Amino acid sequence: MAPDGTPDLKVVGTRPIRPDGVDKVTGRAQFGADFQLPGQLVGKVLRSPHAHARIRSIDTSKAEAIPGVKAVMTAADMPEITSEEAFVGEGPADFKDMSGNTMARDKALYDGHAVAAVAATSAAAADAALAAIEVDYEVLPHVIDVEDAMVEGAPVLHDDMFTSGVDPKPATPSNVAKRMVFELGDVDAAFEKADIVIERKYKTAPVHQGYIEPHACVAQYAADGQVQIYCSSQGQFMVRAYVAKLLGIDISEIRVTPLEIGGGFGGKTLVYLEPLAVVLSRKSGRPVKMAMTREEVFRGSGPTSGGTVWVKIGAKRDGTIVAGDAVLKFQAGAYAGSPVGPGCMTAFAVYDLQDVRITGYDVVTNRPKVAAYRAPGAPISNFGVESAVDELARELDMDPVELRLKNAAKKGTKAAYGPTFGDIGCVETLEAVKNHPNYNVPLGPNQGRGVAAGFWFNIGGESSATVNINEDGTAVVATGNPDIGGSRASMAMMAAEVLGIDVERVRPIVADTSSVGYCFLTGGSRVTFATGMAVVEASKSAVNELKARAAKTWDIPVDAVEWEDGRAVPAGSNAGDFEPLSLEDLAAKSGRTGGPIAATSSLNAQGAGPGFGTHLVDVEVDRETGHVKVLRYLATQDAGRAIHPSYVEGQIQGGAVQGIGWALNEEYIYDDKGRLENPGFLDYRIPVASDLPMIDTVVVEVPNPRHPYGARGVGEVPIVPPMAAMANAIQDAIGIRMTELPMSPPKVRKAVDEQAAAEE
Amino acid sequence: MARIVLTHSACRQYTGGTAELESDATSIRGLVRDLEARFPGLGRQVEESMAVAIDGVMHQDDLTAPIPEGAEVYLLPRIGGG
Repeated sequence: MAPDGTPDLKVVGTRPIRPDGVDKVTGRAQFGADFQLPGQLVGKVLRSPHAHARIRSIDTSKAEAIPGVKAVMTAADMPEITSEEAFVGEGPADFKDMSGNTMARDKALYDGHAVAAVAATSAAAADAALAAIEVDYEVLPHVIDVEDAMVEGAPVLHDDMFTSGVDPKPATPSNVAKRMVFELGDVDAAFEKADIVIERKYKTAPVHQGYIEPHACVAQYAADGQVQIYCSSQGQFMVRAYVAKLLGIDISEIRVTPLEIGGGFGGKTLVYLEPLAVVLSRKSGRPVKMAMTREEVFRGSGPTSGGTVWVKIGAKRDGTIVAGDAVLKFQAGAYAGSPVGPGCMTAFAVYDLQDVRITGYDVVTNRPKVAAYRAPGAPISNFGVESAVDELARELDMDPVELRLKNAAKKGTKAAYGPTFGDIGCVETLEAVKNHPNYNVPLGPNQGRGVAAGFWFNIGGESSATVNINEDGTAVVATGNPDIGGSRASMAMMAAEVLGIDVERVRPIVADTSSVGYCFLTGGSRVTFATGMAVVEASKSAVNELKARAAKTWDIPVDAVEWEDGRAVPAGSNAGDFEPLSLEDLAAKSGRTGGPIAATSSLNAQGAGPGFGTHLVDVEVDRETGHVKVLRYLATQDAGRAIHPSYVEGQIQGGAVQGIGWALNEEYIYDDKGRLENPGFLDYRIPVASDLPMIDTVVVEVPNPRHPYGARGVGEVPIVPPMAAMANAIQDAIGIRMTELPMSPPKVRKAVDEQAAAEE
Repeated sequence: MARIVLTHSACRQYTGGTAELESDATSIRGLVRDLEARFPGLGRQVEESMAVAIDGVMHQDDLTAPIPEGAEVYLLPRIGGG
């Protein structure tokens, strides 16, 4: 036991080679599009070319007559679902909307909205069938921008949508699905006490998660009604539940086998193709494989919201922030359900602030329905608030890290969203920045330094794990969460820690829905925390059984046996004088002492520790081109306890890089008809290695008391601060406050020109 | 007796704007029942759509979590993630 009370650990905190590494670097790993079944058909989707159109009729007869075409489907082949809410990813989802998003029923609500699908013996036949489907559209006026969608007279997407959260309930439909207000203390009175008030409006663009692997699946509907689905997703149990609900199939009839996932970041917490493939398989009697093209990924799957953020911050002359007010307007895409709620709650969460009010609006527009993306909603509000805090620091002539340290949330602080924080590491991440060499590197002309801090709640939830002790003393750990960020390694490490064996002797697997207990999806940075707890509990049960076998062998009470370093030993001299029995010894004789040794744990983990991070970036701005070069980037974060530090660092680096893309380049560009003009990585620019310096990381560890080893989720926080940090660095470099994302070369160049014109 | 704080308008709409309540419930299940009895619709709202923070620890889909005497309980929208 360490002086701080944390246990001495032999495996947790080390950096073993990932168990899935060889498969992935040799190409043996099977991702969604790699999987094949004998006799499978090619499934393809017909998508709306219109941003908003009523579907008068769909004639599939010519498509069905094409040789090789085995099935054609429309929404008429799916049950019509009444409104029913469920929860997944970043917020509540309505099954009626989910069904409509999967396949348009009466109206196409965005360019790329699925309206029909086909299955054929070849891609050519499928393409011919798509071309032969005749859809009679009545094109309607559309709206793309969130604030345009809120004005009176804007084209209304849903005639049955009346703004909730306002009193009295509106009598006319609106694109504003919901208004919400979070309020603590007396905000107006608090602003009266402020010496300085900063007030400004910011805007962010919707951005895609940019996962490299497009959505793909194979589905087989057997003659007896049994359904097999093989797909890449963030949750095989999520896919099973959604397909069951959307198609009216019993859950027991569906088995979902998870394939490797090539990135998700929240974007694979929904179903798009799977229900269609099942219907096409049912109609054709053959397995059906479907895979999106990159263009389809952009046009047909969910990005995260864009939005506007109005921020007002009041502070005393000594730098004490006394009041915060914000109004967030998030576009949800074609159906309600933007992450504006968490955007509101996280907006000021970095700070010890007792008087705060945030008003949020959830607004539908003629864009793809948004999906979760790391820390959903938080990066948007954070861009506004952390930009405003930087402006405050400049107004006060105060170091931006010192200003944040003066106001930072700490243990005992009442969070700006309400509850009192327990053990958190906000201050520690700020101090790690201050103590890092990057903080003092001299800057040259047109170079600037920016800082921003961010927060995310993290979640727990339902998880299951099974630990099987093999007869040679090795172990298999089965869980039900797709491995997105190295969770196989962390599950194996936690099991090895409890069992007291080398991690190489533990084989972690991601099991299908019929082979392991229920697990909520891989999202919200919950797996290392929640599924890790299930693994630890199952491993402890296995150890208890191993101790019981030793007790039987020695003919002593089980409480006279202890487990040390992978061996059963007598608890003391009174227990008897026996040679230790290793896990291998006990496993080899398990058949003669009671049978195989296996243990399972299912739990609902609560108390995921909140996460904080602070980012520091140096940039150089080319005033001629508007190009922003990232010179140095440092991300510090509280991981609670890093189970596998390399994967924690990788999560932090990945989040930071996605944030840099969000800050500098990424946006959806629509033409005047509402058609997406840049659905590909050539025109939708995500950062590549040559754009970036090494992303330096500092992992600080303030253990989460609710996890056996102190772990916190780490995948969400690192995408929260980058946008504001980049904007603050650009301000520092050229004296221009960029308030709208992306801060792409044309926008920066325009701002430089305007600055020059103003100075003339 | 626990102090129940409603920061979100989705909850306050059931209480006529009241932001703080007291409850003698000893678990989230008891709190849901208590709120539903006093403010019809609020208990269901909490059970289906809210997270419950008890003395700073977040609980979701956990009706069995105990609420200690004197606890500070916040009702918040559920949290997900990416």
